[in-house]
This record gives sequence, structure tokens and C-alpha cells, in this order.
Amino acid sequence: MIRLDCPVCGHRDETEFAYLGDATVRRPDPSITDPGTWADFVFLRDNPRGAHCEYWQHVMGCREWLIVNRNTATHQIDSCQLARSVFAGEATMAASS
Amino acid sequence: MTARRLAKGGRIDRSRMISMQFDGRRIAAHPGDTLASALLAAGEMIIARSFKYHRPRGVFSAGTEEPNALITLGEGARSEPNTRATTLEAFDGLVARGQNGWPNVRHDLSAINGALSPFIGAGFYYKTFIGPFRGTAFWMFCERYIRKAAGMGRAITLSDPDSYDKTNAFCDVLVIGAGPAGLSAALTAGRQGLRVILAEQDFALGGALLSAPPDAATDAWLSTTADELHSLPNVTILARTTVFGAYDGNVFGAVQRQWDHVAQPPSDEARQCYLKIRAKRTVLATGAFERPLVFGNNDRPGVMLASAVRTYLNRYGVLAGQNVLIATNNDSAYATALDLVRAGAQVTLCDARASVPQPLANELTSAGGVCLSGHGIASAHGHRHITAASVVPVDRNGRATGVTVRLRFDLIAVSGGWAPALQLWSQRQMKPVYDTENGCFLPVPDLLPDMCFAGSVIAAPGLSDAIIQGALAGGASTSQTAHLADTAPHWARDLHPLWCVMNAQDKPFGKAFVDMQHDVTVRDLDQAHDEGYVSVEHLKRYTTTGMATDQGKLSNVNALARMAQLSEKSLPETGTTTFRPPVTPVTIGALVGHDSGEHFHATRLTPLQDWHLRNGAVMTQAGPWLRPWYYPIGDETLDQAYRREAAHVRRAVGLVDVSTLGKIMVQGPDAANLLNLLYVNGWSTLKPGKLRYGVMLREDGIVLDDGATARLSEYDYLMSTTTSGAGRVMSHIEHLLATSLYDLRVRVTSVSDQWAAMALAGPASRDVLRAVSGDFAAALSPNSLTDAQVEGVAVRVHRMSFSGELAYEIYVRSEDAEDVWAALITAGAPHDIAPYGTEAMGTLRIEKGHVAGPELDGRATLRDMGMGRMASSRKPFVGSVLAQRPDLQDPDRPMLVGLEIDGPIGAKAGAILFAADGKTEGNGLGWVTSTTWSPALERFIALGYLGGAPERIGSTVRAIDFLGESTVMARVVSPQFFDPEGERQNA
Ligand SMILES: [Zn+2]
Repeated sequence: MIRLDCPVCGHRDETEFAYLGDATVRRPDPSITDPGTWADFVFLRDNPRGAHCEYWQHVMGCREWLIVNRNTATHQIDSCQLARSVFAGEATMAASS
Repeated sequence: MTARRLAKGGRIDRSRMISMQFDGRRIAAHPGDTLASALLAAGEMIIARSFKYHRPRGVFSAGTEEPNALITLGEGARSEPNTRATTLEAFDGLVARGQNGWPNVRHDLSAINGALSPFIGAGFYYKTFIGPFRGTAFWMFCERYIRKAAGMGRAITLSDPDSYDKTNAFCDVLVIGAGPAGLSAALTAGRQGLRVILAEQDFALGGALLSAPPDAATDAWLSTTADELHSLPNVTILARTTVFGAYDGNVFGAVQRQWDHVAQPPSDEARQCYLKIRAKRTVLATGAFERPLVFGNNDRPGVMLASAVRTYLNRYGVLAGQNVLIATNNDSAYATALDLVRAGAQVTLCDARASVPQPLANELTSAGGVCLSGHGIASAHGHRHITAASVVPVDRNGRATGVTVRLRFDLIAVSGGWAPALQLWSQRQMKPVYDTENGCFLPVPDLLPDMCFAGSVIAAPGLSDAIIQGALAGGASTSQTAHLADTAPHWARDLHPLWCVMNAQDKPFGKAFVDMQHDVTVRDLDQAHDEGYVSVEHLKRYTTTGMATDQGKLSNVNALARMAQLSEKSLPETGTTTFRPPVTPVTIGALVGHDSGEHFHATRLTPLQDWHLRNGAVMTQAGPWLRPWYYPIGDETLDQAYRREAAHVRRAVGLVDVSTLGKIMVQGPDAANLLNLLYVNGWSTLKPGKLRYGVMLREDGIVLDDGATARLSEYDYLMSTTTSGAGRVMSHIEHLLATSLYDLRVRVTSVSDQWAAMALAGPASRDVLRAVSGDFAAALSPNSLTDAQVEGVAVRVHRMSFSGELAYEIYVRSEDAEDVWAALITAGAPHDIAPYGTEAMGTLRIEKGHVAGPELDGRATLRDMGMGRMASSRKPFVGSVLAQRPDLQDPDRPMLVGLEIDGPIGAKAGAILFAADGKTEGNGLGWVTSTTWSPALERFIALGYLGGAPERIGSTVRAIDFLGESTVMARVVSPQFFDPEGERQNA
């Protein structure tokens, strides 16, 4: 059983979480009307063996969305962060550069 | 029958007697015995019949690796098949039966299968299924007979009278195995104050130490170590506990057999407990299994592992034979030989190695034993029990080089070296490597950073090595541990890799079993090889070797060795198979625990549950919820009750519990912006105190959910979702906010459990509301809300209709729900108010053509539901771009229609729609989603999706239920069957 180190709740069993998949895809800007861009975002995913950055939600806990780096072959978890702090950090970096 | 209990010795409590039954015969035992030791002491040699050939089988080992001595434990509902007699702790009142023999294992009429054995070898089923007899009456006959004859114990169909527990456990260090290495590891870790769990499958601590002669120096070490461990509060010792599975995240599955050592558990105690152990670190001190040798008739009762013979002698005081042949390819069997000679047995040791270890051989011969070097065992003789053995000189490769000599023996003890018990490590997708020096597969250290090893599992050469390894694994900085002088060689020193003596044609002498539990012989492996099975994994499945309940603990390495020989490869090149949980069989009841029947999953109840039950509601399951289905009067059926309830709402007034609706608070300056993005329709114009119906899509443009959202004040909105969509919608919003809309100043909070909701519907609903809340509430205009009071309780009233009648939804704090509900029932009495259930609610909404769960099927678009015009074209929303995909806009897509059914039988939900005339083929034109009797229309009606709907309005279609094989004719109409202008709800 995978155990995730939720930044809010600590180490918890995978049964408390829901999985959503690839966290490297970014939702296009809502103003974009090109269907291809949206189709890529919704449907196209890699299925790598090895390192994978993915979304999990702590549905049975704090309900935070998490960004987890997991090895799909070994289930080794390398990191588990709050999605909102990752994105807020990205936004700050973008603003300052 | 030469096995017997010695007058003294053993680690059993001879002061007390235990009485057990095997096949109806009384078996005496002492506390500390296993069923196997007691059966041996009683001279019971045939314990079971084999899987395919019904060959007599006896006790082969003294542990979990036992392939032969499988019994059915208990009687009636407590019978448990395939229990290993070798690990079954003796208790007073134990009842066991031998398996797979009729009338019993000693006189088994099915042994005739043995005569068929040339025909039921490797791949028998595969070949027969595709062979010339397939499907013939002959095959059907044989199949039935062979299936009945082949097998092990029978499962019972009675429900289990025992209860089982589940628990979670956490520790810093999990030590698996309480032999010398495990005890040492647990003690070292325990002394450091770490939280330690020490799990041992045996009922006694000590592991291999229990097989050493009693009163040896090791006993003193064992008792002081165990005493100190028991005294440490941070150390939990779990005896009778098997760690059966190793999972990701250092999680382990274990089963503690709390009450398997009594005939019947106390009525308030769980028989077994399933532990989910999360460990920071694990020490695997699981020991090793002795490997058998392969020779003709090596499965006969009277052939045993050398280590098992020693265990029965030293631990249980049972001498398994008087005239013993020991066959070995390594040093470790000499300890058994010496102990047997000292116990008074005649011992001939047949060492396959050309040069024997001189000090050991001298010690044996001077004690009175015989030692033959360069000899192997060719075959055993005797049917029900061995009477003799043929030994033969062998060369380095195991080829017989001289004539076989037949000698009389009543016990053959074999040792082919040791196979580390690395199953738990292997379960973590680890591949062991073959170590030529130790002649076995070993785990690779450090591949799993949080798992380390100590003792025989990594071929510790001797006892002090095992103890030192344990101390280091337990966290000792150096080898700061008490040394114990080695009393006997612990490991298979100087193993010569030779497991089967072959004749000149490279065949064994007779029927030689590799996997005894599955009746797989060397001949089967050879045949599989001849047929081209070269991969280990293929050969395993084709011959089924290693696939019995023992998972090949004894057979795997010998099968691999034979494969390597046949393919002229080395053992490492041949590879190994992967072990999977469980290491030893686990009772399904333990895995289930209490999670069965109504406790299979959690049930959600609304705050009005008690009222519903008190008032005779028949409840129904709606996902995790229990909801009132209908409230029968007298002996009304479901059909009678829901028709009455629905008609009553249209005529007078009804009250329905809608607390299961999802309720989400959306709060903050950007709340309206979020709603604009979530819903297809616009929210900027919604004024405080107003409500609006909305539909939301998924990112791919398919409808996700619908419901009304109320603007409570400038920045506060209360969104409602469908009952089943509540969780999905909440996660969807949270995901958007966390990953792309993080700039929005808005918070969402689920308040589904905090608020109860009830719908007051019907022409008289305004009068009832006026009676409880006054004129201002009753004066609410459609799609408006107001705060109000009912009997002094604060409520919020929304004017909103799902039924199509004049209706109000009343929201109230959950704790006040029953007071408000009761007040409405009381105030409604003069207006003939009646509660109604989900079935009538469904009828009312189908009459109005409102979509619900069956229409929101994850495939339908907004347009499919006839609400295409609702979508705003002035703003982007989730799914707005992909909803425009050509396929989703195809005018021929099935769209929501109403169906008026002809005749006295309704359409079935899921029925397929076909044109009235024409062929019944293909996928049809559409399908039925929801169906009901309509009291308002006085006929059966249905909703469905139909292709080419606009042109088909007014035409007739057939609705065919292929499962129930019924066909009804239906006229296609608008889904708004009843009051399409909405005059009643806006009254
Ligand atoms: Zn959490």
C-alpha cells in the first residue's frame, strides 16, 4: 500500500486519497478557444515507467490537492506537496522574472 | 509403525494430557505438541492422500512448508480445509480429518488415479481441452470423475460462526521471526527504546533453538532474552502471528491467531485478528527451509526432512524412526544423525559428497552411526510406509556409478541444503540472486532501504553469526552482543549441488516428486521441457509446480535445478519465480473482518432517519445513503404506495426528505466568477435572495451535474448538487481552485451534513407554510428565498419545484430537522399532508421531464438533454470549447424524449428503442432511462434518449427489454408530459 506524506496530515494510507493522474499538464487559459489545445489538456497523457508527477487529493483527510512525485515501477514516493503552494510559487516566480 | 514418543525429553508439558481426534480415533498429546507431533507419537503415518494420484502421504516437515500433512480441522461450520498439521498447536478437543481419501486416507478407493497417472501428467487439462476428446461425452465423464477425485480439502458452504477483527499497528522496527537472529534484533532495538513489534508464527519463541537438544546452553540464552523482551514496555511480542504480505510503503499484512488453539473461541472474542502494520524499518529474520532430495518414491510416509526429524526428537520427544537412513549433500544433517544415535536409533548416513567432513563423520561413527561417502539415495520402497531404501554410489554429477543396494529402514531423513525464507522480500518485486558458495538464492541487501536481514535468511554460518547479525539489524553500533559458542553447524556448510540421483538414461529411479503437494514429478518437468517450455514462469504454470498452497517453499529450487540441468544452464541463468502474498494461506474471514453484510461499507443516514422508521417508511439504498422509498398504508405494495403518494402531492400536499442533496457554500468576492466558470449559464445577474438552476459540464464537454444555487448575500452562495454527484462536484471545484484558479478570492465548503432539507410540495403547500412561518414566507415568488422560522427554529425557505407543483424547499440545521419536519406534518394535517418517498418523487419529476441520475449518465451533453440553449455564448466555462466538438453537436445524437406507453405494462429502464416496423438489429435508435406509472396521465410513461428525435415526435417506437424479453409500444412525445407551461409551480 502506498503511503503519502500529506503536508497537512502526515503519513496516511493511500485508501484516504483519490488519484487524478498527470500533474504536469496545465489547464489552458479559459480565453483560449482552440479545440486542439483543450483536447491535449483533457485527453493526452504519457504513461511512463518510472518517474511520474501526479495529482492526488486527500479526500478522506484535509481535502487538499497534492502534487506527488512517484515512481510508477517501484511506487517510491519522492515528494508530496500541496498543489496550491506549488502553483502559488510558480506564479510568484513568473511575476518576479 | 516405529515412530514413538520417548519416555523423556522434548519441550512439551508432560504433566498434562490433551485428548484430540483424528478420523474419529483418539490421539493423546501434551501441551506444546502440534497435531503432527502427536500423530507421529501415536504412530499415525498416513495423514492425507495426494492431490492427483491419491498416494498416501505422511508428515514431511515440521513447519509451514509442509506439502503433505494437510488436514481438515474442525467440524460443521467450523471446518477448515487444508490446515497444516505441522503448525497446528495441539489443544484439548481438537478434531481433524484426513483429506482427499474415501472412505478415509488409509483405505482410499480413488488411489486408482495413480494407475491413470501416465495420462494426467503435465499439461493434462490444457491438452484435453483442445484434444480430440474435447466436448465429447467421454470427456465430460472423465472430467467429472477426475475433478472429483483430484483436489484437496473441501470448502464448506455454511456461514462462519466466528468473528474476526482488524486492527492497525505502527512501529519503529518490525522484526519478523523470533529465532535467535530475530530475538537478538528485537532486544537490541527494544533496549534503545524504539517501538518494536516482534512477530512469530509459532506459539513459542525460539525458532531453530527449539530444535536443539533441551537443556543446551542455548536454552538459557533463549529464556533470559525472552524474559527481557517481555519486560520491555515498548516491545510488543505477537506470537501465533504470521506476517503474510509485504506491501509498498513498508506496510505489512499479518494475521494473529488469537483463539485457534482452543476448540471454540470465547463468545466475545475474535478468533483471528488481521493487523495492518506500518513499520519504519523491518528486520527479516525468517530463517530458511530445508530442501528435500528427489528420488523414487520420495513422497512415501516415512520420508522426512532431516531438520524435521531433529525437531520432532528434540522439541516434541518423538523418535520418528528406529532404523534411519539419512541422505544429505551437506554438513547440516550430521546434527540430526548425532541426536538420533544418542536417542538410541540406528543411523546410516549416506553423504553424496566424495569426501565427507572428517570430524563430523568421526563423531558419528564413534557414537555408533554408519557413514557412507559418495552415496546417494536412488529410491524408497514400501507402499503405506517405507520399509527399505536403495542406495547407490554416485559421481560428482549425481549419476549412479555402481549397483544399487537395498537396505531395510523405517525412516528416511533427507537434507538438500537450505533455501532462505525470502518470500516477503521477494513480494516487493525483488529478484534474489543465486549464491554458489552457499548453494542457495539470497536476498540482495540494500535494494529495499528499510528492510534488512539477519540469520539463516542470509545464510548466517552459525548461531553466533545469526545473533550478531540480529543485533546489528536491530541497531547495535558494533557487535556489542553476548556471544554464544556454536553448538552445531547451523548452515549447510560445504553443500554439493546435487539433489537427484539419475540412472544412465538421466532419469530418476522411479516416480520422483519435485512438488509433492501438486503431484509434479521429474518426469513432468522433463516432458514440459521436451514440449518447449523454457521460461521458468511458463514451466511453472504448465506443470503447476510451486502453485499449491505451499507456494513451492520446498519444490521451487529443486524444480529450477532440474530445469537448469535440462537446458544445460546454470541455476542463476535459469532464474526464479516471483513470490506473492500470502506467504502462508490466510483465512478469508480474517481479511474480511467485520466488513460484511450491512457493514460492507459505511451507510449514510439523514437526520430524519428516525422519523422515517417510526412512521413506517420502507427504506432503500441510494449509493451510500438510506432513503425513504415509500410509506405504505396498511399492506400496500410499492406500486400502490408510490402511485398514491404521487397523486396525493398533485392533489393536496406532500413532504419529502431531500437532505441527501449535496450542499456547497461558495463564499468570497470572486464567488460569482467561480460560478460563471463552473456553470454553462451566467450568474452575474443573480440578485441576493434569488435562486437559479444551473448545469455544469466536465472538461470534455459532457454534463457533470445540475442543481439550483442560491445567492444568500453579496458574497455568499449555497450551491446544491445531485445526491450522487456531491463528492464528484466538490473535488472538481477544489481541483480547479488548487491548480488553475488559485488567484480567485473564494472558498468552497461542503455543508451537506450540516444542513437538512425537505421539500413541501403540492397545491396546499403555501397554506401549510403560512401556518408555520407566516404570510411573508408564503408570499415568496418563484426562485426566491427567505429566512424564516418554524416553531421558533431558524430555517431558510427556497421557492423551487422539482415536482412541478407549487413547492418550497426548507433548509434547516441538521439537529433541528426533526422538529421542523414534525411541525410541518402537524400544521399540514388540516390540509391532508402526507410524507412521500423517493419512488413517488421520481414519478413526479419524470412527469415533468426533469433529468436526474439515469439521464446524467456521463455520456449525455447539454444538447442531448434538450437544454442546449441554456449555455451562455458570452463567457468561457468548463467544457465550453470541447462541447463544440462535431460529434457532440451531431444533430442525429440521441436526445431526451418522453415515451407514452401503450397498454398495462411499463417500459423497463435500459430497454432499447427500435422503429415500430423494421428489423430488430444493431444498437437501436435509443434507450429508456427512467420509467414510471403516471397518476396524472393515467398511463405508463418513460424518459429516454432517441436518435433523430425531432422528426420522430408523434411516431411510435418499440421498447425492447432483452433481459426480460418484453416489448412495449411507445409514442414519442415531449419529455414535459405534465403542465409544460409550469402554471402549477408558478401559481
Ligand atoms: Zn491531508
